[in-house]
Amino acid sequence: MKILVAIKRVLDYSVKVRVKTDHSDVDLANAKMSMNPFCEIAVEEAVRLKEAGVASEIIVVSIGSKAVQETIRSAMAMGADRGIWIDSGEAALSPLTIAQLLAKVVQAEQPSVVLLGKQAIDSDDNQTGQMLAALCDYPQATFASKVTIADSKATVVREVDGGLQTLQLALPLVVTTDLRLNEPRYVKLPDIMKAKKKPLDTQTPESLGVSLNNSVKMIKVEPPSERKAGIMVPDVDALINSLKNQAKVL
Amino acid sequence: MEFGLSTEQQLIVDTVRSFVENEMYPHEAEIERTGQVPLELGLEIRDKCRDLGFYAANMPEAVGGGGLNHLDFTLLERELGRPSMALSVFFGRPSGILLACEGEQRERYLLPAVRGERFDALAMTEPDAGSDVRGMKCYAKQDGGDWIINGSKHFISHADIADFVIVFVATGEEQTAQGKKKLITCFLVDRDTAGFEIRKGYQSVSHRGYHNCILNFDNCRVPAAQILGEVHQGFDMANKWLYGTRLTVAAFCVGRARRVFELALPYAAERKQFGQAIGRFQGVSFKLADMITEIDAADYLTLAAAWKMDQGLDADREIASAKLYATEMLARVTDQALQIFGGMGLMSDLPLERFWRDARVERIWDGTSEIQRHIISRHLLRPLGC
Repeated sequence: MKILVAIKRVLDYSVKVRVKTDHSDVDLANAKMSMNPFCEIAVEEAVRLKEAGVASEIIVVSIGSKAVQETIRSAMAMGADRGIWIDSGEAALSPLTIAQLLAKVVQAEQPSVVLLGKQAIDSDDNQTGQMLAALCDYPQATFASKVTIADSKATVVREVDGGLQTLQLALPLVVTTDLRLNEPRYVKLPDIMKAKKKPLDTQTPESLGVSLNNSVKMIKVEPPSERKAGIMVPDVDALINSLKNQAKVL
Repeated sequence: MEFGLSTEQQLIVDTVRSFVENEMYPHEAEIERTGQVPLELGLEIRDKCRDLGFYAANMPEAVGGGGLNHLDFTLLERELGRPSMALSVFFGRPSGILLACEGEQRERYLLPAVRGERFDALAMTEPDAGSDVRGMKCYAKQDGGDWIINGSKHFISHADIADFVIVFVATGEEQTAQGKKKLITCFLVDRDTAGFEIRKGYQSVSHRGYHNCILNFDNCRVPAAQILGEVHQGFDMANKWLYGTRLTVAAFCVGRARRVFELALPYAAERKQFGQAIGRFQGVSFKLADMITEIDAADYLTLAAAWKMDQGLDADREIASAKLYATEMLARVTDQALQIFGGMGLMSDLPLERFWRDARVERIWDGTSEIQRHIISRHLLRPLGC
């Protein structure tokens, strides 16, 4: 059984985000970039499924400039078998375009399970997995906190408002991962060394027959307004009074 | 010339960084308070490190190690300089000198050390023989097929957790141009050998929880089979194998200095006095400029020395320069960081005072700054007949 994992290279979670002075975008110059944490969880889940004997091959795919190769290699160090880099240059891509590119890879590879992070911590769209499932006409289970695959069926526990929902789905399917699905491993030193020898195939939007018609245009980026300093209150009565009359939350 | 890291190097750095942040940082405050690493915690770190294949990353693959070259290993050590030394010691890096093991010694000392089954400690220093190694008094006399060791060693780092020590003792004397000097032999001595005692050392201002010990040898009988290398060749062995520990000190200092800088920089940007961030005052901002410049300089010196070793070139001078500069840099950087934090920097609620204390030993151990300057200057002047 083949698993396809789509991963995204994003600004590292620990980096303090700066907005460019012209407000055109976030400033990525010299900033540390890493695999999106939810994508890392998706890779980890794929590796666990392989270790459990459920999956036989893990393919990782990522879209972007040459630098995403590094992210693909780190997924290989975690345990992915081979990689596909879709060279889209520096173009900004909307979730729909990304889903269209991934759908072509799904078509070519015919995986039984497609794993994606539920969202990327940079744009926070939370759309790609859902769009990909629709384009491939696959069932989807988003926000997964537990994935079990047996007898050509997937049982996925989803984190939904108010609790957990368990779905049973037929394969092939799309699963997007939530934070509590697993805790990604540290990579092993021998696996780091092996990663560079694993095959990495290059594709382009043209070779996949997808035109980068970006339907979304970013107009302006603003940093969140600065939080005002708090006030000290002498006692509980004053606190309740402030919450009622100043903050107006009671 | 390439100054960037390869994907593999970046992965090594990221993995070790994430390991020290998650597995070591959370225990630091408690170790500072108690001065002790619970053994089970140390062994847990060792086991995780073994599972990840990072244990003995400095040793060749042929003996079961990670097989990193000097440059990659130095990148790893730079990350290990960030956490408390009392913890990073369990991220095992057996002494390179064990590669001199031959025959049965390999099964008994080298391979178990690489597998993380036996810890080693290295013993050279004596109360009356610090930098003057060849003035040591601890001696061994041959008795049939055995050697009998008498004397004591002190400042022996992490001997408290060692299963065996690699100890240098005098086995004779020779006349040199600088007067009489001891001939030295290196022995492998097991912890439980009769006549050998490992005692608690002194309370040190630096590196709480990373203990120095006193070793006492009282008619300690050791078979000749436990001599590492040849009789009387210990000093040359030390010079051949132990240069690497100086680069370790340099790499640790660079890593720790970066951690300190990462605390000082945002503090300067956020802390307000006189109605503005203190980083707006040139008195503070110029400190930061000097700090990062010096950290980078030490970093490049250290990596360049490691690279030179990988090329099979003599790097003694470069290693000495890296050790000298990185340790003195760390002293200045920790001091300036503490100044930026003001009074709060002195309080043990923040780790600044710890970094400042820890920095002090770096200019002393593994060859004092003065010894490094001596090595550097001799390399410069000896070829000129001076």
